[in-house]
Amino acid sequence: MHIVVCIKQVPDSAQIRVHPVTNTIMRQGVPTIINPYDLVVLEEALRLRDQFGGKVTVLTMGPPMADESLRKALACGADAAVLLTDRFFAGSDTLATSFALSTAIKKIDAEEPVDIVFAGKQTIDGDTAQVGPGIAKRMGLNQLTYVSAIRSLDLGSRSIVVERRAEGGTQVLTTGLPCLITMLEGSNVLRRGSLPDMFRAARAEVTTWNAEQAGVEDITQCGLRGSPTVVKKVFAPKPRNEKAVLVETEGKSDAEIARAAIDALFTANPKLEAEIPELVLAS
Amino acid sequence: MDFQLTEEQVQFQDMARDFATHEMAPHAGDWDEKKIFPEDTLRAAAALGLAGIYVGDDVGGSGLTRLDAALIFEELAAVCPSTAAYLSIHNMASWMIDRFGSQDTRQKFLPNLCSMEHFASYCLTEPGAGSDAASLRTRAERDGDHYVLNGQKAFISGGGRSDIYVVMARTGADGPKGISTFVVEKDREGLSFGKQEVKMGWNSQPTCAVMFDTLRVPVANRLGAEGEGFKIAMMGLDGGRLNIGACSLGGARGAMDAALTHVRERKQFGKAIAEFQATQFKLADMATELESARLLLHKAASLLDAKDPRATQFCAMAKRLATDVGFQVCDEALQLHGGYGYIREYPVERILRDLRVHRILEGSNEIMRVIVGRRIVSG
Repeated sequence: MHIVVCIKQVPDSAQIRVHPVTNTIMRQGVPTIINPYDLVVLEEALRLRDQFGGKVTVLTMGPPMADESLRKALACGADAAVLLTDRFFAGSDTLATSFALSTAIKKIDAEEPVDIVFAGKQTIDGDTAQVGPGIAKRMGLNQLTYVSAIRSLDLGSRSIVVERRAEGGTQVLTTGLPCLITMLEGSNVLRRGSLPDMFRAARAEVTTWNAEQAGVEDITQCGLRGSPTVVKKVFAPKPRNEKAVLVETEGKSDAEIARAAIDALFTANPKLEAEIPELVLAS
Repeated sequence: MDFQLTEEQVQFQDMARDFATHEMAPHAGDWDEKKIFPEDTLRAAAALGLAGIYVGDDVGGSGLTRLDAALIFEELAAVCPSTAAYLSIHNMASWMIDRFGSQDTRQKFLPNLCSMEHFASYCLTEPGAGSDAASLRTRAERDGDHYVLNGQKAFISGGGRSDIYVVMARTGADGPKGISTFVVEKDREGLSFGKQEVKMGWNSQPTCAVMFDTLRVPVANRLGAEGEGFKIAMMGLDGGRLNIGACSLGGARGAMDAALTHVRERKQFGKAIAEFQATQFKLADMATELESARLLLHKAASLLDAKDPRATQFCAMAKRLATDVGFQVCDEALQLHGGYGYIREYPVERILRDLRVHRILEGSNEIMRVIVGRRIVSG
């Protein structure tokens, strides 16, 4: 089985500062990490490989330094890594990114047929959740998004059964391979890389493709030229002007205060009572 | 000269620290209190390549350097010196098989040792042969294609639990040249164990006497040539001393970190005690001495990796300094905790009890001075 996992190197959002005047993200000096949602699908891919055999290829598009993220994935046990890097890719929005990635996956698939493509649910910098579905659409793959668990995989009949979070419950979906899967955070935790894997990763060869090597024929679909999205404005949302619920505490026991606070909450939000069981089920 | 760790070494360190923080720290107090040998945690460490750090990768080892190992043991020992130290002994015994075993012997024992399916012990010390290890009296008599072992080993880490015992025994005349090294499996007839010792520290690993009563072991289980055993044992200890030194550095650092947290939070005379110069001077000395011991240890590790003829001397120097300084820093960290340092709820007293023995074993610090002094005098 051959699995491709798309990852992205992103600024560590825990260490990002926002410019106080312009409200833009200050990226300088911010350490980069692998997008946390991508770690979830990387682990799932490794587990499927461990169980069914085969190979995990990690793929990213980014500047040459994105090589570092690929090596981290190799250190955790991925078998091969491909880096798409070219100035023609610079400034890509989600449309252009899914174009470049799907073009590269088609080339990878031609060399060694791909059964599953994994992508993170979304990135922590762009937060669009569009690239995974975009790849699926461009490649004509069945797409399974917001997956919380893979129930079973049958390589004989080439079918996969997954659990998918939906509003108010869980869907169980079956589809055929090849397919594209994005998964929810918390579905698993990425393993630690072993010393031999780290050693191997540091010396491993990362395949680096420019646009031409990746198989791109129409360069106008890449980078800034292939990106119709325009960022009009970045701003911090204003706090909403809502009134706090005040509860009288004078001369009351803790239990009475808690009761009064809960009553006030339910009065202010009439639908809450009906929603609670769903929230509990979903958590 | 470059004092920077490589990017890879930083990764090894990060991984070991992450493992120690998440898999060891929450349980270390319990392991000490209840004398639990954490087999599952050790096997999880082995899965990350920590059981055969400098064993060849063809038999499941990680194929790394002594310096890499020192960095890793320091991280593990920062939360549990006792467990880290057992792992270091296992690594030492495994390396001896890797370095001196035949291809068959390596293939037979090392994959299971690197996964910690099997645990290993190092058996040199005897009731009557401690610092004067070359006077050991356990005998191995050749009988056809076997040796027959008789005798007793003392204070064996992992004793009773380990599956593999690397045993130094006398095959020839008195003195170091009459000693050979054998791999003894746990299930061999004639192997028995003394009662588990009750110790001051190192409670997460068993310790007991190991006895051989007409125990037959095939000639194939001998490591190296007959008469090479003492040399093999000492070569094992060169690396073992680095590891134990690294465990002292780690324990001391863990204790000092705990002390730092404490002095920042603890208020007396109206302010955090970290603000008093008396506290700061103490911390300054602790940090300085710890770093100087670390520098010497890393240098010794580099020399051993480079197979430099000065390696044995430097390993002895580094072991002496790191284990003495480590204990002192830990003691000062306990002092900075005041009464809380003496209470089991805080980790410092456990680390102190664990580090005390590092000044005694793998060659006592007095013997380290003998090794260093002799080499200096003989030039």
